This record gives sequence, structure tokens and C-alpha cells, in this order.
Amino acid sequence: MARILLIAEHNGTSLSPSTAKCVACAAEIAGAEIDVAVFAENAGDVAAEAASLESVSRVLSNDSAANRGALAAVLAPHIVAMADSYDYIFGPSTTFGKDLMPRVAALLGVNQVSDIMSVEGERTFKRPIYAGSAVVTVEVPAGVPVVATIRTASFRAVSAGNSAPVETLEVSADVPEHTRYIASETGKSDRPDLQSASRVVAGGRALGSEESFDLIYRLADKLEAGVGASRAAVDAGYVPNEMQVGQTGRIIAPDLYIAIGISGAIQHLTGIKDAGTIVAINKDEEAPIFEVADIGLVGDLFNVVPELTEALD
Amino acid sequence: MEKILVGLKRVVDYNVRVRVKGDGSGVETEGVKMSINPFDEIALEEALRIKERGEANEVVVVSIGSGDAQQQLRTGLAMGADRAILVETGDVPDPLSCARALLEIVNRENPELVILGKQAIDNDNAQTGQMLAALWGRPQATFASKLEFSGSTVRVTREVDAGLDVIEVDLPAVITADLRLNEPRYVKLPDIMKAKKKPLDQVPLAELSLPESPAIAETSFESPAARERGIMVDDVAGLVGALKDKGLL
Ligand SMILES: Cc1cc2nc3c(=O)[nH]c(=O)nc-3n(C[C@H](O)[C@H](O)[C@H](O)COP(=O)(O)OP(=O)(O)OC[C@H]3O[C@@H](n4cnc5c(N)ncnc54)[C@H](O)[C@@H]3O)c2cc1C
Ligand SMILES: Cc1cc2nc3c(=O)[nH]c(=O)nc-3n(C[C@H](O)[C@H](O)[C@H](O)COP(=O)(O)OP(=O)(O)OC[C@H]3O[C@@H](n4cnc5c(N)ncnc54)[C@H](O)[C@@H]3O)c2cc1C
Repeated sequence: MARILLIAEHNGTSLSPSTAKCVACAAEIAGAEIDVAVFAENAGDVAAEAASLESVSRVLSNDSAANRGALAAVLAPHIVAMADSYDYIFGPSTTFGKDLMPRVAALLGVNQVSDIMSVEGERTFKRPIYAGSAVVTVEVPAGVPVVATIRTASFRAVSAGNSAPVETLEVSADVPEHTRYIASETGKSDRPDLQSASRVVAGGRALGSEESFDLIYRLADKLEAGVGASRAAVDAGYVPNEMQVGQTGRIIAPDLYIAIGISGAIQHLTGIKDAGTIVAINKDEEAPIFEVADIGLVGDLFNVVPELTEALD
Repeated sequence: MEKILVGLKRVVDYNVRVRVKGDGSGVETEGVKMSINPFDEIALEEALRIKERGEANEVVVVSIGSGDAQQQLRTGLAMGADRAILVETGDVPDPLSCARALLEIVNRENPELVILGKQAIDNDNAQTGQMLAALWGRPQATFASKLEFSGSTVRVTREVDAGLDVIEVDLPAVITADLRLNEPRYVKLPDIMKAKKKPLDQVPLAELSLPESPAIAETSFESPAARERGIMVDDVAGLVGALKDKGLL
């Protein structure tokens, strides 16, 4: 039996899609028995959602005002206090998991496997390095818990339909006072979430201004797509940071990705490796994006994109 | 604040297209251009700006690595750091050992602030800063894009998947730098000359007598599954047709 603790990610009211993908990864470990821990202010709805995921054995639900903002310094000691009962402790390789899990690993005196992209054996995994230019097989030594983050774009979410028991989780670790959550600024958008959208339209530096990015939004709305961007577009202030795709942004795997006025730097491409179909629209036929695009169109985006948007009517 | 400690890791330059060795034993690093990890340059720039505003007295850069990492430390000194420490070791150890080594340096130097990069662009682990904060028993503020100091606290804006989070931490603390924290300065020639006279201490890693750490073994390396070059279409009609053929419209 492999006793697995998975830390759920959520926004306070609903479970993040990353959790169902992590469950899929965890379920690939032989003899997996998966507990999902939910730390929230009011964990009820999130815990119920987690309990509905296939392959989950049990949900451990902790309600506390201190859980607000999911501070690593607050959560890590609770997870460490539970660690004795588990062989594996997993979190998503999102900013939430990347912040939290290394703190857990260090307190347990172990290294962390970052960004698991496949499970090769009980303690053997593959993970990307050098912005995805290489894949390394790693083996966690025997006798220590496996602490890891999971590259969610590499796994398909398990379905809902389960009704695992939900148990209340009491925690005893002290809550540190040196770290305080103040506020969040999240882009409010009616568009599909970038991370889970089946279609994504993304724009790069070539858009030239925040106003021109409207071209991207209009096409995206026609396709009911999420919207992404290159780092250059974010740095230039055309769009907010949460839209950045790539090594230091979101790693996504939509069925369709349309890259518009994006050159295809390795740091960008690492974010879309697992996309189903990549479409590139670029005026430079030598742009590296065409080396990975399934469908390429050489042209000026200021002509092509309005025409395409219209053609979809 | 008296002192800020900044980590500088020597990594393969981000412009280099890294290739896996034919026998799968590692990646080709022979003769390729090496640089300061870009996130560490940002970390150092931030420390220098804090000092230049008069909010800190000294900036110390530290690298764990082989003697070659002196190059990156010298670059850091040329950017404006006051002092450098090389924790010397043949191969860079596992992240937990790196964090433990940094903790030893922290205990010797007693900085109020440690700024690291959010990730090293070679191993992409993104764990060292969080581990150091855990071992030190101090706050961590990862993926920082803005710092505001007031007295012994710092308010940090963090770039997270959903947008921005703001947290407040008491010093001493560990901060990890994200790309938009600042734009690092260019090094000027006279500064490179001046940097040669700045102190660079060497401490053998063995001297820190770190506990044995359960390193994760890297057993083999491979190239990622390559995406194949697809088709080119001539116009929008061709694009719409191709998308329909794939069942995407
Ligand atoms: C440590 C590090 C991390 C990074 N992380 C990321 C990351 O997470 N995500 C990311 O995206 N980048 C990242 N980058 C930056 C990356 O290296 C590139 O600089 C960036 O992706 C370039 O963005 P771009 O393609 O929009 O701009 P450019 O490279 O400037 O490309 C613009 C493209 O638009 C085309 N174009 C111009 N005008 C038109 C027109 N009218 N019609 C059609 N096409 C046109 C041009 O031919 C060109 O190909 C990172 C860099 C570093 C060093
Ligand atoms: C030839 C070779 C073989 C290796 N083999 C193994 C192995 O088998 N198992 C294993 O676990 N590790 C191995 N490592 C080391 C490991 O992969 C990482 O390089 C190291 O643990 C740090 O992780 P990271 O670079 O991903 O750091 P991250 O956690 O991504 O770094 C975040 C930040 O921490 C700071 N930092 C990190 N490292 C340093 C440093 N050396 N000096 C100064 N600041 C630093 C920087 O500010 C950096 O931006 C090997 C390294 C080499 C060169």
C-alpha cells in the first residue's frame, strides 16, 4: 500500500482543477491510497468537491481563519505534523504548491521532486529541466517520504462521481505570527480560466499596445477561448501577469493554442508543449514558433486576426 | 537594515540551446556560455537599490559551486555588491544541502534579509529559498514583484497564478525574486576593474559540516518528445479549413 497525502488547491470557495490532475498522477502509484487535505477558512464546499473525485479514499478538512491566503509558513507545520502517516506528500506545481511544498520538504529533512511529468515506478519519476529542453529521470532514496509537486499539464483530471468520506482535521501546530496575509488582486474575467480552457488564444509583443490586445480578446470570445500572453506582452503592460504562459508563467495544455505575434522563445514554448494543436500567426516566416506549430500562417496579424474573427461568424 | 545576503548561482546562459548528451548521462555543458542565473541578477539588483536608497548598509553575494563561480561573483561585485563568499565544492549539491549551506552562511553573517531567485533556470527546482526559510524558522515571500519596507516589516507583492497576492513579513526573512521585480543594471567597465579589489572569501563546503542529506538521484537524461513541424497555410480560409479538418471548429 502507498499512503498518499495530497494538498488541495482552492480559491476559498471552489477546488482548483489542478487538484483533480494531481489525483490522476497519484493514482498511478501502485497501491495508491489517496487522502486529500483541504485547508481553508470554510472548507465545506471545497472538501465536498474533493470527495467527489475518483480514486480519492478520504478527505481531511481543516477550517481555520489562519488558513486565509494559504500561507506556506502557516500550512507547512500542519502538513509536517501529519507526515508520519504517509509515504508520499504531493501538491500541484502551481504557485500555491511551489511556495508550500519545499517548506514542507525542508522541515522533514528531505529534498523535493519538482514538476513530476510521469510516474515511472514507486520512487522513480520524470521531470523537465532547462525550461523543458531536457527530461531527467529521478529516483528518491529509500527510507524517506516522497515530497513532490506535480506538473498538472502532464495529467488528465480524474472524473467526479465518487463520494469519499470527509473527516474533520484537527491541527495542533502553532500558527506563526511573522507572516501575514494582506490581500489578493485577481483579474476578474468572464473568459474561461487559462489553466483549464480547452482553447487558448495568446498574443505577444507584436500587438504593440493594451488597446490592440482587443483583437486577441475578440477572437478569443468568438472561440470561447481563454487568453494568454508572452512575457514581452506582460512586461510591456499590455496584459496582467496572470496571463503569462511559459517557464515562469502558466504551463498549459489546451486542445487548441493560437499564438499571435509571438516569436516562440524556448521559455514560452515550455508552457505549451502539451497543447493538442498549435497554430502560429506571425509575419516572419523564420520565426521559431513555426518549428513547433501544427498549422502556420505567415501574415500581418493586424490583417489576419480581424479576418479570422469575421470568418468564424 | 545592516546587511542583505543574495544568492548567485552560476548556470548555463538562458540563450544557450541545451542538448542532452548522446549517452543520456547528462546535458552538454562543455564550452557553453555560463552566466548568473537571471532571477539572481534581479535579486541582486533589488538589494543594491535598497542599499542605494539608504535602507541597507551592506550587500553580500554568495555562491555555492566550483571555483569557476568566482566569475559570477566578480560580476556581482561589479554590479555593486560589497563582498562575496564562495562556498566551494566540486559539484553543486542537492537543494536541501544548498539551503543548509546558505543557512550556515546566514548564521555567520546575520543578515536581516536574504534575497534569492525564484528558480534556477538549469534545474528549475524552485525550492532553495523556501527551504532556507523553513530551516531558519523565518518567513518566506516567494515570486516577489514589489517590496515596500517599513521598520522591521516588508510588504511583498507576489506574482501568483490567479494574479497578485500581498503579504507582510517580519524581518529577518527570505524573499525570492520574480522577473518583474526590476530590470538589472548593466555592468560598466570601470566597475569590473574596481570589483577586482573587493573581498571574495572562500569557504570549503566540507568545512560547514552539513548533515548527510537524502539526495535525489538523477539516473538518466533524455530529449523531450519533439513536436513535429506541421503544415503552412496561405490565408485565413486555409487556416479555417485546416482547423475544421482537425475537428477543432
Ligand atoms: C529567465 C527567463 C524566463 C522567461 N520566461 C518567459 C515566460 O514564462 N514566457 C514567455 O513568453 N517568455 C519568457 N521569457 C522571455 C522570452 O525569452 C522572450 O523574450 C519572449 O517570450 C518574447 O515574447 P514575444 O514572442 O511576444 O516577443 P518577440 O520575441 O519580440 O516576438 C514578436 C514576434 O511578433 C512578430 N510580429 C511582429 N509584428 C507582427 C505583425 N504585425 N504581425 C504578425 N507578427 C508580427 C515578430 O516576427 C516576432 O516573431 C523568459 C526569459 C528569461 C530570460
Ligand atoms: C553535475 C551536477 C550533478 C548534480 N546531481 C544532482 C543529483 O544527483 N541530485 C540532486 O539532488 N542534485 C544534483 N545537482 C544539483 C541540483 O540539481 C541543483 O543544482 C541544486 O540543488 C539547486 O537547485 P536549483 O538549481 O534547481 O535551485 P532553485 O531552488 O531553483 O534555486 C532558487 C534560488 O536559490 C539560489 N541558489 C540555488 N543554488 C544556488 C547555488 N549553488 N549558489 C547560490 N545560490 C543558489 C539562487 O538564488 C536561485 O535562484 C547536481 C548539479 C550538478 C552541477
